[in-house]
Amino acid sequence: MSFPPFKTLTSETLVLRMENIDTDQVIPARFLTMTSREGLGKLAFNDWRYDENGKENDHPLNSDTAKAAQILVAGHNFGCGSSREHAPWALMDYGFRAVISSEIADIFHANALKNGFLPIVIEKSAHEWLLDHPGEDVTIDLEACEVRLPKNGGTYPFKIDPFSRLCLLQGQDELDYLLGQDDAITEYEAAQ
Amino acid sequence: MPKSLFDKVWERHVVALETRERPATVFIDLHLIHEVTTPQAFTVLRERGLKVRRPDLTLATIDHSTPTLVNKDGSRPYVSAQAEKQVEMLLANTAEHGITTHGWDSPYRGIVHVMGPELGATWPGKTIVCGDSHTATHGAFGALAFGIGTTQVGHVLANQCILMRKPKSMCIWVDGELADGVSAKDVILAIIAKVGVGGGTGHVIEYRGQCFEDMDMSARMTVCNMSIEAGARAGMIAPDATTVAYFEGKVMAPADFDKAAADWLSLASDAGCTYDKEVRLDAADIKPMVTYGTHPGMAMPIDGLVPEDNAYMDMQAGTAIAGTKVDTVFIGSCTNSRIEDFRVAAKILEGKSVADSVTAVFVPGSEQVKIQAEAEGLHETFLAAGAQWREPGCSMCIGMNGDIGKPGDLIVSTSNRNFEGRQGPGVRTVLASPATAAASAVTGVITDAQTLLRSI
Repeated sequence: MSFPPFKTLTSETLVLRMENIDTDQVIPARFLTMTSREGLGKLAFNDWRYDENGKENDHPLNSDTAKAAQILVAGHNFGCGSSREHAPWALMDYGFRAVISSEIADIFHANALKNGFLPIVIEKSAHEWLLDHPGEDVTIDLEACEVRLPKNGGTYPFKIDPFSRLCLLQGQDELDYLLGQDDAITEYEAAQ
Repeated sequence: MPKSLFDKVWERHVVALETRERPATVFIDLHLIHEVTTPQAFTVLRERGLKVRRPDLTLATIDHSTPTLVNKDGSRPYVSAQAEKQVEMLLANTAEHGITTHGWDSPYRGIVHVMGPELGATWPGKTIVCGDSHTATHGAFGALAFGIGTTQVGHVLANQCILMRKPKSMCIWVDGELADGVSAKDVILAIIAKVGVGGGTGHVIEYRGQCFEDMDMSARMTVCNMSIEAGARAGMIAPDATTVAYFEGKVMAPADFDKAAADWLSLASDAGCTYDKEVRLDAADIKPMVTYGTHPGMAMPIDGLVPEDNAYMDMQAGTAIAGTKVDTVFIGSCTNSRIEDFRVAAKILEGKSVADSVTAVFVPGSEQVKIQAEAEGLHETFLAAGAQWREPGCSMCIGMNGDIGKPGDLIVSTSNRNFEGRQGPGVRTVLASPATAAASAVTGVITDAQTLLRSI
């Protein structure tokens, strides 16, 4: 599977300040019976966005500005809980290409990278500024591995596994690389 | 250099070493699959014209979307056509690729993390993955077991390997002995409350100390199961005589068992090995625990006062949590649905009744648990008390099959997650041990089993 390459992205942000947003909030379990990965965006944060009758409420996620935002800024430890890859699928289908937090849970982090969705852990001061300034423009530069905040003049580096970075820059998932290791895998199997 | 259990298992499985540019390629010994996180992975395989590389190392079951009731005519009341389609798709995909599947007709069908150990498929020293975050359960045997997403499920189906960098290590020591009435569930809730829901992020936990050495395998599985609720992908306990003894009579135990057992025992962490992070608790300080909030780190002793307001849970700071009205009690899930859990519940419910105001739903973790419980007559105790005794599955832990509560209901649940809406929109979950759950079913309010037993 491949995805659109990720090089730089400039977008306004949507801020969800809450800490420990778990993947059950991102997409509730009752929607996991689906057998394809398409069309999950309308279900993203379903129980926050809709009333009992399925009508959109006044949650920020339903605003027009939110729907234009490609960068999600979330409270500490985003994406904890279930391993459901439906979470990054839903966020991407909603329109996000990246999430910025001060900590991102392991499995969500891995799942996101495999879909061309960039999880960024940024230093505390920048994270706090972002939380306090919803809707501001942010530039993510994956080649330089930095986040630029034009409004506060700051440039903040972030870390990403070099291999994942390459996959994102090229819009390639890891499967081809793994398939290329067939000989090494066969050799390992033979030695068991 | 002295090595930890995790170091040893990791090193045995590296196909290609990690470099600055590349993660390690890690071989997977056992790939467990179920209906929820595999359909899209099989689709990718089909699109790319790939086969399952090692169907012999892949094991399937159906557990999440499966009904736990049976209609009078023997049909199964699926929550939706989509849920039924998902189950059918798993069965079709595994048949097409020659993968052993414990479906409706198997006496081993069950929650994937209950089934693996029961079959004896979970061995110490194995690498085990599943598209399911509670895969850490298998770490109780000294396996390196962790949850993966659907893309990686596809990778393992195609290559039997995953790419990953070696996580950091964390040791959680719990020294000493537990007090009467304190269970493995209380221990892991106390640990998560201490380290926090993100405390283990980026780490593999090893649980060490007398507290874990004293535990049977079922209790160790309860502990390792909830490692992810502390943010750690995997949790492990070194194999010992208890681990080895568990394999007696297991159908997938190694053929040359003595040789395997000797190897397993060599996996224990070397004296003097180091960890990136260490945390220490004293078993004697741990009390029966319950959660008051909306993540598993919001846990507290059952005899304590709620430490902070929680609007969703309708909990007020400074009030006693014991005595809070309960609508439903759920005993089940990969955390606490094994025979040992139901024995504890039966002991408390023997000769008593579930309170009129409470719906008690008991769901065995597997067909094997159900068969054993019924052989011991436990189901008769439950039914006589007014509890429901259902077919095996994940059931109310995740509610994908429609086993959910009503908005506003408070459920005392032996499962692993109390996130908002986890057991149905608006439902409030209180995580607890089987003993606390059974005692609360009897009284209709959150109750410490020891208090109940003393009052009789």
